[in-house]
Amino acid sequence: MSQVLQRTSPTGTRATRVIGATSILVMAWVVISGLLLTPQDVVQGESVRIMYVHVPSAWIAYLAFIFTAVASASWLISKKHSMGFDRFAGASAEVGVMFMAITLVTGSLWGRLTWGEFWQWDPRLTTTAFLFVTYIGYLAVRRLEGSIEQRARRSAVVAMLAVLEIPLVHFSVVLWRSLHQGATVLNPNGDVKMDDLMLFTLFSGVVGFTLVFIWLVLHRQRTMLLVDVANNQGLDAAIVARRAERSAN
Amino acid sequence: MKNISGIKVAKGKVVSAVLLKDLRIELRSRVVTNQVLPFAGLVMVMFAFALDNDDVLERVAGGLIWLATLFSLFMIVQRSFAIDTADGALDSLRVAGIDLSAVFFGKAIALALKLIALEIVLICGAVLLYRVELSANGLVLLVTCVLCATSGLAFVGTLYGGLTAGAKGRETLLPLLLLPVVAPVLIAATRATEAAFGSGGAQTSEGWAWVGLLTVFAAVFGVGGSLAFGPLIDE
Repeated sequence: MSQVLQRTSPTGTRATRVIGATSILVMAWVVISGLLLTPQDVVQGESVRIMYVHVPSAWIAYLAFIFTAVASASWLISKKHSMGFDRFAGASAEVGVMFMAITLVTGSLWGRLTWGEFWQWDPRLTTTAFLFVTYIGYLAVRRLEGSIEQRARRSAVVAMLAVLEIPLVHFSVVLWRSLHQGATVLNPNGDVKMDDLMLFTLFSGVVGFTLVFIWLVLHRQRTMLLVDVANNQGLDAAIVARRAERSAN
Repeated sequence: MKNISGIKVAKGKVVSAVLLKDLRIELRSRVVTNQVLPFAGLVMVMFAFALDNDDVLERVAGGLIWLATLFSLFMIVQRSFAIDTADGALDSLRVAGIDLSAVFFGKAIALALKLIALEIVLICGAVLLYRVELSANGLVLLVTCVLCATSGLAFVGTLYGGLTAGAKGRETLLPLLLLPVVAPVLIAATRATEAAFGSGGAQTSEGWAWVGLLTVFAAVFGVGGSLAFGPLIDE
C-alpha cells in the first residue's frame, strides 16, 4: 500500500487548498453572522438561525444527487466508460447522503420549534426521507462484490432508476397530503420577504456549503482512485508472488 | 435476435420459455402455496392482533392487504433469483446470446401471476377477517387496481432481484432497495383499494385517479426495467 501511495499523486492540490481555505473563511462568517449579527425572526424567534444550516445543506444534498445522476449518465453514455465519472458519482452520493442527514436532523429540530412536532407527513419532508434511503441503497450497491467495471455499471443503472423513482414518490406523496412552508427565497414572484443581512448570511451559507461539497468530493474521488489502484496492484502483486512461489518449488 | 449458434430466436418464445420455466419450478416446489401464502395469511392475522379493533381493521384493510403483498414480494423475488443463481441459469441465459429484455418480461410475468394468486387470497381473507364489503363497481375498480399495481411490483421486483442476485447480503439489500421504490405503489394501491371497499366513506370514483398513477408507475418501470435488466445482470 505504501508503494502505491508513493507512486500516485496526493489527494490535495493547490486548487483544493484554495477551495478549502476559502470555505473555512466563508463558513466562519456564516457562524458569526448567523449566531451573533443577524436579528431574530418576528414569528420564529431565535429558532430561525437553524435556517442558515438547514437550507444550504438541503440545497447541497439535492445538488449532490443531481451531480451523481449526471456523472452516472455520463459513464453510461461515454464510449470509453471512464472510471472518473463513476468515482465522481460515488463521491458525490456519499457527500450528498451526509448533507441529507444534516438536512433531516436540522429540519426535525426546526419543525419541533415551529410546528411543535419533530416530523410531519409533508410531501417535501417525505420525499427527502425517501431520497435519503434510496441513496443509502445506492451506496450499498456500490459495495457489492465484483470488479470496478461491474460496480460502475450497477451503480450507474441504480442512479438512473433513482431519477425515475424520485418524481413518482414526490407526486404520490403530494397527492397524499401537503403542509410544508412555501419557498421564501425562490418563490415564483421574486418577492423576497427577508432582512438583508439574513438573506446575505443565507446566501453565504449556500456558497460556503457548496465550497465544502466541492472540496469533499474532490478529495473523496481521489481516495477512491487510490483504493482502486491499491486493489489492482495488490492483485498483481499476489499473482507475481504465487508465480514466484511455484517457480521456487 | 440471433443466439450464439446463429439461430434466430423470437422474443416472444424467450418470454414464454422463461415464464413457463418459472411457473414449472413453482408447480414442482410449491413454495408460494406452501410457504408464502401461509406467511401472508399469518401477517393478516397478526395485524388483527396488533390493531385489536374491528372498526380500525375495516378502515385500514386496504393498506394491510398491500403491506402483506409487499412482504411476500421480497420472499418470492429472492426465491426466484436464488434458484437461478444457484444453478447458473442466469449465466447460461446470458451467454446464450438471447435478448435479456425478454428474460426480464418472462420473469416479471411469472412473478405477477404468483402475486395475483396471493392477492386474491389476501382480499378474500380481508372480506372474511376484516369484514370489508365489496360492491359491483368496487369490484371493477379493485380488479383494475390489482392488475396495475401487480404489474408495477413485478417489474420493479424482477429488476432489483436481478441486481442483487448472487450478491452477499441480498436478503437485507433487496428490501432496502425495493421499499423506497414501491412506496408510490403502496400509497396508490391502498387508496384505490380503500375506495373499492368504501372504507371511511370513500367513494368508488375516488379510486380511479390512483389507478392512473399505478399505470404510469408500471409503464415507467416496464420500459426502464427492460432497458436496465441486461446491463444489471451482465458480468
